[in-house]
Amino acid sequence: MTFILFFEQLLNGMQFGIMLFLMSAGLTLIFGVMGLINLAHGSFYMIGAFCAALIAGLTGSFWLALLASLIGAAIAGVLIEIIIIRRLYRRDHLDQVLATFALILLLSEGVRWIFGAFPLYLNIPNILNGSIPLFFDIIYSKYRLFIILIGFLIAAGLYLLITKTRLGIRIRAGQNDRQMISALGVDISKLYTIVFAIGAGLAGLAGAMIGAIQSVEVGMGEPILILAFVVIVIGGIGSIKGAFIGSILVGVTDTIGRVFLPNFLKIFMESANATSIGSSIGSMLIYILMALILIMKPSGLFGKN
Amino acid sequence: MKNLTTTLAALVIMSASSVFADGHKVKVGMITTLSGGGSGLGIDVRDGFMLAVKDNKNISVITKDDQRKPDIAVQLADKMIQSDKVDVLTGIIWSNLAMAVVPATVNQGKFYLSPNAGPSKLAGKGCHKNYFNVAWQNDNLHEAAGGYANSAGFKNSFILAPNYPAGKDALTGYKRFFKGKLAGEVYTKLGQKDYAAEIAQIRASGADSVFFFLPGGMGIGFMKQFSQSGIKLPVVGPAFSFDQGILKAVGDAALGVKNTSQWSKDINNAANKKFVSEFQKEYGRLPSLYASQGYDTGKLLISAMSKAKIKDMDKFRNELRKADFSSTRGKFSFDKNHHPIQDIYVREVIKEGKTLTNKIVSVGLKDHSNVYVSECNM
Repeated sequence: MTFILFFEQLLNGMQFGIMLFLMSAGLTLIFGVMGLINLAHGSFYMIGAFCAALIAGLTGSFWLALLASLIGAAIAGVLIEIIIIRRLYRRDHLDQVLATFALILLLSEGVRWIFGAFPLYLNIPNILNGSIPLFFDIIYSKYRLFIILIGFLIAAGLYLLITKTRLGIRIRAGQNDRQMISALGVDISKLYTIVFAIGAGLAGLAGAMIGAIQSVEVGMGEPILILAFVVIVIGGIGSIKGAFIGSILVGVTDTIGRVFLPNFLKIFMESANATSIGSSIGSMLIYILMALILIMKPSGLFGKN
Repeated sequence: MKNLTTTLAALVIMSASSVFADGHKVKVGMITTLSGGGSGLGIDVRDGFMLAVKDNKNISVITKDDQRKPDIAVQLADKMIQSDKVDVLTGIIWSNLAMAVVPATVNQGKFYLSPNAGPSKLAGKGCHKNYFNVAWQNDNLHEAAGGYANSAGFKNSFILAPNYPAGKDALTGYKRFFKGKLAGEVYTKLGQKDYAAEIAQIRASGADSVFFFLPGGMGIGFMKQFSQSGIKLPVVGPAFSFDQGILKAVGDAALGVKNTSQWSKDINNAANKKFVSEFQKEYGRLPSLYASQGYDTGKLLISAMSKAKIKDMDKFRNELRKADFSSTRGKFSFDKNHHPIQDIYVREVIKEGKTLTNKIVSVGLKDHSNVYVSECNM
C-alpha cells in the first residue's frame, strides 16, 4: 500500500465528507434551532440536482446551473416551510417524522411525474474536467478538488454568519431560548423560514455538485440523508462545528475503511473471502464509529449537556 | 334459412370461444422496481411486458412497486398469491429480491417467470419446475465479457461489482472465462454512486483493463468518474452498464466501450424489428435489453396460454418449456434447469446521429447455456 494511494484516498474521504457537511449543516441547524426532525432534507438535495440539470439543459452553463440549484432548493424550502413545516414545530417528533416522510414520497413522485424515472444528464464544465498533478506524483480530479474548496468556503461562510452577524446571533439565541427571543421582538417565524431556506439551499447545492459526477435521479437524496443523520449524531445535534468535524470523520473513515480493510484481511485469509468480508465490515464501519462515540460522549462530540 | 344457420353457427362459435377463453384467463402479478435508484430497469421490464400482452384480453396484470427492498417484495408476493389469487408472478429485477420471493412462490404452486434476475442458486441446487428464467443466468453476460477480454488480448484485469448475489455471480462468471491474471477484485456497496476510492485503486493496481458490473445508476457514476480520472484503460462490461436507459446520462464517456448482451436493437429478425418499432411508437423512447426481456416474458406466457390452460399446471409447464414463441433475440430455448440457451453478442457503444446506442460487433458465445445445469435435479 503506497503513500500515494493512501493520500489519494484521504482526499477522496475529505471530498465525501465535505459533501456530507453541506447536507448535515442544514439538517443540524434546522434541528438545533427549530427542534424539527426533517426527513425530507434529502428531497432538497434531489430538487437542487434537478434544478441544476434543468438549467444546464436550457442554458448549457454549469455555473448558472449551480446557482439555480442553490436558489431553486431554497425557494422550495421556503414554500414547504410556509405551507407545511410551520404547522409541525409544536407537534412531537413522531408527528414530524410522519409528516416529513410523507413529504419525501410526495416530492419524489412529483419529480418523477415532471422529469420521468430515468436518470438525467449533468456535465461538469471543461475547465474542471480531467485531473491535475499535485505534489509527489499524486494525480487528482480537478472537480473533486473544486468540491473540497467550495466546502471549505461554505464552512468558513457559515462560521462567520453564525458568529459575526445579527442573523447569527438570532439563530444562536433561537437555539438557546425560543420564547425569550420572540418576547424580545424578533420575528421568530421569519427566522425559522430563513434558517430552513439556508439548509435547503445548501442541500440543493450539494445535490447539484454531486449530481454532476454521479447521476441525477429520483430518490438520490435518501442514502445521503441517512449518513447525514449519522454525522449530526456524531457531531452533536445543533452544532455546525460538530457537523463539520463529524462529516470529515465519517467521510474519511468510510473511504479508508472500505479500501484498506479488504487488503488488511488478505494477510489472514484467502483473497475472495477477504474481499467479501472486508467490504461488508467496511460498510459497517461508520456505524461502529457512531456507536463508539456515543458510548463515550452520549450527546455527540460537540453536543450540549 | 341459410342466413339463420350461419347466424346460429356464428353464435355457437362465439359462445364456444368465450367459454374457451374463460378457461384461459391468466392473472399475472408483476412485482418490480418502480421507484428509487433502480426504477429505470423495472419500468423498462414492465413496459416491455405490457407491450407484449397489450392486445391479449385473457391476461390481467397487477403491478406493484418493490422499492428494491426484499421485505417489501415478500409482502407484495404474499398478498398477490393469497388475496389477489394470481397464477403467475414476474417482474423482479434484483437477485437479492428474487432469492427472497421466488422459492416461496414456486413452492405454493405458482409459476414464476423471471424477466431479469437469474441468481446461480436458483439455476443449480435451488432450481424448481415452476421457475423459468427468460433473461439469462446471472453469469452469462459476464462469461462472454471474460471471453471477449481474452480475444482482445487483456492479461491483467481489475474487476469490480456490487456486494450482492448477482455481483458475486458476475465476477465468478468473468473469472470462469478470463484466462489472464487479476490486478484487483473489489466488491462495492449495492447502490453506491461514488467510486473515487475504487478508481484510485485501479490507478495504483497496474491493470491493463477494467471489467465492471454496475447496473442502473451505479454504472453512470462509475463511467463518468472513470473518464474524468484520466486513466486510459480499456473498459469491458455486461450490457447492464451500458443499456439504453443510462447511455444518455453517461454521455460520450461511454463511446467505443465493448459490452456483452443477449439482445441488441439491431438483431436482424422480424420479431425484434416489430418490437423495437412498436416500443418506440408506444413509449417514445428506444427500448433497452430489460424491455426486450419483459417483452419476451409476455410472449412466452402467451405462447403457453394458447396451447394449455393454466389450471392444468403440468401441461402448461410443458408448453412453457417448449418456448414456442419468436423471441426478439432470435434463437431461444430452455435448458434442463429452465434457463435460456442463447447467443451472447459483443456490442459497441456508438453514436447514431445524436443518440448514443449499441451496435453488434461479433457473437461472443454461441448457443450458450450455464454451468449450473448439472447441479439441478429436476
